[in-house]
Amino acid sequence: MSVAPAEVDLPQSGQDTTPARPWVAIVWNDPVNLMSYVTYVFQQVFGYSRRKAERLMLDVHHKGKAVVAAGAREEMERNVEILHGYGLWATVRQDT
Amino acid sequence: MPGGPEEPDELDWPQGAEEAAGPWRPRAWFRGTRRGGATARFTADEATLVRGLVSQVAELVGDEDSGGQDDLEEMLKLSDSVRPPDDPVLARLLPDAYPDDPAAAGEFRRYTENSLRAGKVAAAQTVLATLPSDGGRVRLSGEDAQAWLRALNDVRLALGVRLEVTEDWEQMVERLRPDDPRAAGLWVYDWLTVLQETLVEALW
Repeated sequence: MSVAPAEVDLPQSGQDTTPARPWVAIVWNDPVNLMSYVTYVFQQVFGYSRRKAERLMLDVHHKGKAVVAAGAREEMERNVEILHGYGLWATVRQDT
Repeated sequence: MPGGPEEPDELDWPQGAEEAAGPWRPRAWFRGTRRGGATARFTADEATLVRGLVSQVAELVGDEDSGGQDDLEEMLKLSDSVRPPDDPVLARLLPDAYPDDPAAAGEFRRYTENSLRAGKVAAAQTVLATLPSDGGRVRLSGEDAQAWLRALNDVRLALGVRLEVTEDWEQMVERLRPDDPRAAGLWVYDWLTVLQETLVEALW
């Protein structure tokens, strides 16, 4: 199954520090987390608009997973730690 | 991901639910307050149920801590665990961050698991502190409501693993026979879903 995530805004910073192969935070579909809750968490954690958060949530729901953020490894690990706090099934990997 | 019910006060209880889930129907649900929080009225039975489930999850998750939450050293301590927990509920609540890289997963766990556990215990404690055991009107600040969201979700995750809930659990609930040993658990799960869904809606 191919994964074509909705566009993800890279973190804004004064200079472009995004490496050639950024790290990504991935959220996986699961049967318990509610669609509304997942959308709400994306808004809370990443500051995404409701529309964008919903699009990512639907990506997770329909495709089984979605890249929800991209950037430096430490930052993605921090995101995943926060998402685990909310009970989402999230993982880190280097973008391929 | 389930969509969740739309109208909490139109919650339909399957026939036989009363016998299976007890002589009462849990049906409390949240609505928003003008101050950005949420409020709900709980019966004593509903409060007892939520408090019991939240306490169990806190106990499970907090087990590795020796309870010294105020102890700075304890808080900063690295986790001894580098492997995912054997208990499937704990493995779901404390998942691997690197599913294909055990070394990286172990390192991540060493640095994050203690604070993740502590955060879940703290959320559970907020629920216990704001929900009187004899029920009544609960008024949550925005911050308390955030803790409730996470704690309710942890309980649903735990129940979901134990009850082997799948993507089509709503049909599962509809098809349940009252004598199914999972009936009571699934109806409680169904209600907690309503409770969480209405809390999300209240905070939006």
